[in-house]
Amino acid sequence: MRYEAPGTIEEAATLLARESGIARVLAGGTDLLVQLRAGMIEPDLVVDVKRIPAMMDIVEENGGFRIGAGVSCARMGEHAALVAAWPGVVEGAELIGSTQVQGRATMTGNLCNCGPAADSVPGLVAAKAVATVVGPEGRREILVKDIPAGPGKSNLKKGEIVESIFLPKRPERSGDAYLRFIPRTEMDIAVVGVGVSLTLDADGTITEAGVGLGAVAPTVLDVEDAAKAIIGSKLDEAALEKLAAAASAACNPINDKRGTIEFRVDVAGVLAKRAAKIAYKRAGGK
Amino acid sequence: MSGIHVSTTINGDQIDYVCEPEETMLDVLRDRLGMTGAKEGCSTGDCGACSITVDGRLTCSCLMLGAEAGGHEIGTVEGVAQGNELHPVQQKILDHAALQCGVCTPGIVVAAKALLEKNPDPTETEVRYWLAGNLCRCTGYDKIIRAVMDAAQELRSA
Amino acid sequence: MAGNQEFDADRAQDFRVVGTRPARPDGMDKVTGKARFGADMNMPGQLIGKILRSPHPHARIKSIDASEALAMPGVKAVVTAEDFNADAKDRDVLTNIMARDKALYEGHAVAAVAATSRIKAQQALKRIKVNYEILPHVTDVDAAMQPDAPILHDDMFTQGLDEKPAKPSNINARHEFGHGDVEKGFAQADIVIERDFKTAATHQGYIEPHACVANVGADGMSELWVCTQGHFHVRSQCASLLGMDVSRLRVTASEIGGGFGGKTTVFIEPVALALSRKAGRPVKLVMTREEVFKASGPTASSSMRVKIGVKKDGTITAGEASLNYQGGAFPGAPADFGAMSAFACYDLENVKAVAFDVVTNRPKGAAYRAPGAPMSVFAVESVVDELAKEIGMDPFDLRLKNAARDGSKSSYGPKFGKIGLVACLEAAKAHPHYAAPLGPNQGRGVASGFWFNFGGETCSNLNVNEDGTITLAVGTPDIGGSRASMCIMVAEELEVPYERVRAIVADTSALGFNDTTEGSRVTFSSGMALIKAARKAKEEMCKRAAMMWDIPAEAVYWAEGAAHPSGPNAGDFEPMTIEEIAGSAAKTGGPIAGHHEYNADGAGVSFGTHIVDTEVDPETGYVKILRYTVVQDAGKAIHPDYVEGQFQGGAVQGIGWALNEEYIYGEDGRLQNATFLDYRLPVASDLPMIDTVIVEVPNPGHPYGVRGVGETGIVPPLAALANSVSAAAGVRLTDLPMSPPKVLKAIGATKLAAE
Repeated sequence: MRYEAPGTIEEAATLLARESGIARVLAGGTDLLVQLRAGMIEPDLVVDVKRIPAMMDIVEENGGFRIGAGVSCARMGEHAALVAAWPGVVEGAELIGSTQVQGRATMTGNLCNCGPAADSVPGLVAAKAVATVVGPEGRREILVKDIPAGPGKSNLKKGEIVESIFLPKRPERSGDAYLRFIPRTEMDIAVVGVGVSLTLDADGTITEAGVGLGAVAPTVLDVEDAAKAIIGSKLDEAALEKLAAAASAACNPINDKRGTIEFRVDVAGVLAKRAAKIAYKRAGGK
Repeated sequence: MSGIHVSTTINGDQIDYVCEPEETMLDVLRDRLGMTGAKEGCSTGDCGACSITVDGRLTCSCLMLGAEAGGHEIGTVEGVAQGNELHPVQQKILDHAALQCGVCTPGIVVAAKALLEKNPDPTETEVRYWLAGNLCRCTGYDKIIRAVMDAAQELRSA
Repeated sequence: MAGNQEFDADRAQDFRVVGTRPARPDGMDKVTGKARFGADMNMPGQLIGKILRSPHPHARIKSIDASEALAMPGVKAVVTAEDFNADAKDRDVLTNIMARDKALYEGHAVAAVAATSRIKAQQALKRIKVNYEILPHVTDVDAAMQPDAPILHDDMFTQGLDEKPAKPSNINARHEFGHGDVEKGFAQADIVIERDFKTAATHQGYIEPHACVANVGADGMSELWVCTQGHFHVRSQCASLLGMDVSRLRVTASEIGGGFGGKTTVFIEPVALALSRKAGRPVKLVMTREEVFKASGPTASSSMRVKIGVKKDGTITAGEASLNYQGGAFPGAPADFGAMSAFACYDLENVKAVAFDVVTNRPKGAAYRAPGAPMSVFAVESVVDELAKEIGMDPFDLRLKNAARDGSKSSYGPKFGKIGLVACLEAAKAHPHYAAPLGPNQGRGVASGFWFNFGGETCSNLNVNEDGTITLAVGTPDIGGSRASMCIMVAEELEVPYERVRAIVADTSALGFNDTTEGSRVTFSSGMALIKAARKAKEEMCKRAAMMWDIPAEAVYWAEGAAHPSGPNAGDFEPMTIEEIAGSAAKTGGPIAGHHEYNADGAGVSFGTHIVDTEVDPETGYVKILRYTVVQDAGKAIHPDYVEGQFQGGAVQGIGWALNEEYIYGEDGRLQNATFLDYRLPVASDLPMIDTVIVEVPNPGHPYGVRGVGETGIVPPLAALANSVSAAAGVRLTDLPMSPPKVLKAIGATKLAAE
């Protein structure tokens, strides 16, 4: 195995594109090192992107936020303006692992591992976040929800690296929230995760919404029916029930060591309602 | 395999070492530098016994490659006491009998110190969540939490 | 069950050091990272060992070809079953540490390599070719007992039956305990409740993986550094497994990073020795966490039925339990202890407990804190809780009405001596926790528990140093602060300051045989040995003083850390301090020491009662622990901090067992959650403070009244949690762990039934 720590993303993309064997990007490393140690992967090349300055910052851009791929989740939580604008996205990122893991883990790494239960992704999907990807053919932009292809599989091409994730400018009266279910209070992988983002008009009616669902299907889901269920409502009881039903209906989970199909379907609905209520309140709804 | 030369700072001392690309920071500390205070409890980042700080930020040394340390400031449990003077977190762990077997203790010391540097007045809940990544199987955490709260108070009144 | 009458009630009125909370002697090294645990030792020129493990739960090993591995650069030795003593005393351990004809569980050791680095050793493992014939497997206890189940051992014929069975089975043994006539008792009852229960296998979950460094010289002189609860036991097992003389092997116990029973036997130690013997160099072997889960000794899973009858006035007329425990691929599931403990908290006229020790294709179980008791007591205390509700009686009143008391005939045979169950129940009932209000979706559960405690072979030394300070050598590894307790007891006995005494855990060549740190025996057994050693040293010091004063030894007594003439008739001398006596020892006969070796008897049993409040989220099944109180009899708390620590730690392990910890096997017979990510130990944020009440009903069998406190604390929580969660959820839960999917399903089923 070779270890490289290039100074620019172009160099990194070239290294990855040229490697004929197995190549891996190292950002936080909180998944990669576990796989390395367990012998699950034996890469020929590991490219550490944390020496690339452009990937290590959170930048305010056109009223939105560009979060570099090497930025740790802990740093996101310390960025007051980001937390104020996108509390749900940040709480998703901050639920990944322990304090120790937080200091290393990145939202982009969480996304690019394409785990169905990735905590930071439902919030990004609900937020309609966009990733900037650099590869041998230059830069392109792709919706975050289009990156995962299946468990552990992404739609990125060989040599492509996510440089940053962009969260757009928030209209007034917007809010988001992320909730997950785990059997303990910390340290678990989500059994179900729900991100909700919404915007209200002046009288509290929801005008725009996004709902992302994690751990209930091979990839994180963008549940448009769930969003439609609450758009046009003031999140009354009937809208909440429709939301829960849509979230549960979208689930296509498996039975595994972390939860049953039945449990995941039920709890997806419960959490969707709870997350929507928090997002609604954050948006200033009453 | 080829060794990588790394120049870094550990507990304020400039240190050079050569490591293989596969080696974790924990491997380097324990096997190359003889600093066995950090323990390998799981090598998956789930137990916190290998906690260190990198540029002041709390990290599991099993989740970092030794090759990554170049130019950074590493802090380990061996650097927490100043000579013979214990850090209040260490002293309070002793005073409260907040250890039984003691294998998680180095990780708890490093993690709790990092907490109090960031948040000098944490609530019990904040201490519990901050330390959720430090497994202790002996104590049920009760005395550990009390020790950290007490250390926080002492640091505030100092 | 009474040992000698050792307790001195007058002395106990006047303790000066016992009951204080001084800093432990090993504390400083542990908070600064200097303490050396199993993996913290390196020997010059050492190799790194790694073990190849079976990926199959049950397979015949047809051949092993290690030639390619041995040809790799840096690989110095490979061992297989052939490298161990086929005539070793304990055949099960011999076969467990290295599979012989068959691999009996996923993770069973098949071969091992020593190489110049971990990476090289790991690469070499991949080049060892093992030809397996895969056999059908069974991991569930009930399935393993079926007549058509795959058989693990062709020579296993159930023991304890009236007749030897005609066919082999996976049932190693049947055990039965009890007295009276349970059928008669049930006929007298107004209400009889019978329920089935299950508990999953759990792991001790010590944070330090097994680790050792072995060095076998060409002359056979060998040393082993190892994290273990019992280095003498490691020595005898390894000597037997390798065919060595015991005297050739010196075993040093490192600091130990938790054990809870799991480090009372050998796994990697004989393998490291065999590799070292073959390679001619020291070999270090450390388990990964995955290996710890798959190839150390978790506890039994169980399937149980309990039936209890009660009169409306609360008199329990009969109790019956049938317990099936699987303990992995070899005999030894603690089913017998489960049966003995099940009803130990009750004074019953009619009681019967039958238990089966069953083998399955899982790792061979080891002890885990009060082995066997938490499961059966969970079942019994759950039914008792239900009966209390049924007859409208307070659960403490029902327990008090039927509680085992001094002189009660125990459910497992002997009569109890002086015991503290009633004192615990009364203290728990009177605790403010029990009267605190509860909110919606909240429930309170109570339960009691019991453990026998153990004495065992013990040999301890005390040396009075030339400056009058004291050094203690004990043979029981210190797993939770026992060195501090030893120093306290000796300081008390010699009436010297605690700071003048230092205890170390000596290696196997420095002391006679010591049983393992297990059975909550250390403060009791090693403590009593040191008290007796101190008494011998006192006697000797009085003699030396008498010699210097030239008066009869009988005319000298010991007080305040000094020899005193017994009165004016004996002579008018200033007291002679321990420092003075020690300083003149050369002139009065040489070094002053005390030692005591015995097979300790009279380890008084310990009872405890727990109270827990939980809140259940009715929409997700999530259980939050709101408040927890442990009440337990310690006999006498030598160092109360560490007694509380044992109570708290035991309770939290029990909480884990009750709520989320479990070995999860797939259809393929493989363990699915061999990581701390998915084997869910309680973390700090899951818990409230764990309140403790130390009850002190002195044990007559110890000079200071000590009872072991280490194990009882894990016995009540399973039932206390089940009773609490059942109350909060409005449905009885009988299957552990009570993980959210199970709780939510149970709530859903009751809702459906209600509709």
